[in-house]
Amino acid sequence: MLDDFFIRALLAGIGIALITGPIGCFVIWRRLSFFAGTLAHSALLGVTMALVFELNIALSVFLTSAVIAIFLLQLQSKTNLPNDALLGLLAHSSLAIGLVIIGFLTTIRFDVMGLLFGDILAVSQSDLLLIWGGGVFILIILKIIWKPLFASTINYDLAKAEGMKPDRYNAIFTILMAAIIAVSIKIVGLLLITGMLIIPAALARNMSNNPIQMAFLSTIGGLLSILIGLFSSLEFNTASGPSIITAALLLFLISLIKTKKFSELKK
Amino acid sequence: MENKNKVLLKVENVGISINDKSLVKGVSFEVKQGEIVTLIGPNGSGKSTTAKIALGIYKKIDGKVKTYTNKIGYVPQKILIDWTLPIRVSDFMTLTEELTQDQINIALNLTGVEHLKDKSLSNLSGGEFQRVLIARAISKQPELLVLDEPVQGVDFKGEIALYELIKKISEKMKCGILLISHDLHVVMSATDYVLCLNGHVCCSGTPHHVVKDSKYKELFGDRASNILSLYEHKHDHTHSQDGTIDQK
Repeated sequence: MLDDFFIRALLAGIGIALITGPIGCFVIWRRLSFFAGTLAHSALLGVTMALVFELNIALSVFLTSAVIAIFLLQLQSKTNLPNDALLGLLAHSSLAIGLVIIGFLTTIRFDVMGLLFGDILAVSQSDLLLIWGGGVFILIILKIIWKPLFASTINYDLAKAEGMKPDRYNAIFTILMAAIIAVSIKIVGLLLITGMLIIPAALARNMSNNPIQMAFLSTIGGLLSILIGLFSSLEFNTASGPSIITAALLLFLISLIKTKKFSELKK
Repeated sequence: MENKNKVLLKVENVGISINDKSLVKGVSFEVKQGEIVTLIGPNGSGKSTTAKIALGIYKKIDGKVKTYTNKIGYVPQKILIDWTLPIRVSDFMTLTEELTQDQINIALNLTGVEHLKDKSLSNLSGGEFQRVLIARAISKQPELLVLDEPVQGVDFKGEIALYELIKKISEKMKCGILLISHDLHVVMSATDYVLCLNGHVCCSGTPHHVVKDSKYKELFGDRASNILSLYEHKHDHTHSQDGTIDQK
């Protein structure tokens, strides 16, 4: 069964949706959508590093993202520039450096489009293993740190005062984000992983009134996006990654109607 | 009495400066079990900052803070819950502690907001939110409570009830309280020890002692010194020189 490329694509997509659902909620709650984008952009640099030093791509992407995250923390302590400016600076410069290095790699044929949008239809069995193995690991860690991470998300001072160690859990969360991007870059690509982190969580917010419910609905929304996106890409012969994100957007628009109904009910 | 009441928090000569500008400096005090210590002072005098230093929220501080308990309840001065975060009162109650439904109900009942249990936090009014904050802080049965203007925005009747509740908690639960308040009436009638701050400690001691201090009069005006006489009759105990309580 795993021989069929479409089944593998479905399994890969489902794996990605299961991870990005709950993590995406934290990305939205912590106002990190742009940070996720920055890490995703820096992944291009990670891929080129992997080619230059002949490293495993996922490992190289993970390390580059982690370095960029640490670099961001350093920048924050050195300057008073606002976060969005620093994130923009890091996102575009790491993307640029990645592209410059690709220019030097004349001997290697390199599919930039594939990197930007991923190729979920070309998923191999070892990719599947990486996604599901990495995904289970990420979700277990998230389950363990949920309470202190959530408390730190609500209010840093409160969490710190009541012994929840927010610095530690913020750092672990950053590492988890780098890990997600590392396991999913090849499948959905760097432009679309941010979409998978944000859109399902955003549509879930429109329909939920507590954090667990939102994480659950976000996962459902991600799964539906994957299914609708993949089947319609098969049907209409469209690019699969962008089809998934388009499906997510449509679901988000539907969720808006739902929200409106809720607020009308209240009146 | 002294040996029975364990010291919960000891702050020695602490201060903090940001960009070489001192926010607060040279503050020392301790909070014991069953004792209410209050920080008063004008806006920007470093009250909240001092409380945050005591709670270990800042990384780089001068001086030393020793905490002898890890059961701490904190009511911050300001807390913003973003709309993107769907959270009900009951979710918020268990933010840093596992509680049973009974424990949640009892705490919310004490501050008069049990009916809001399933409401979304972002739909609460300012006063309701403060009541929830206080309920959350006391529900975990802390040994040390740090309350930064806990009754801001609460209606007049509720304010009195909440201060009575705070007083009761300190007595019944033998909990030490560090309180920041602008309400000099409450401070002077219900507090064991007062620190008057203005970037540094202007004066400190029992309420009796502090109101007579010339620096206190300078900071708050003459009318503020008459406060104590107004509320004197409410006292059911007196304070001896070292700040301990003698029941009448």
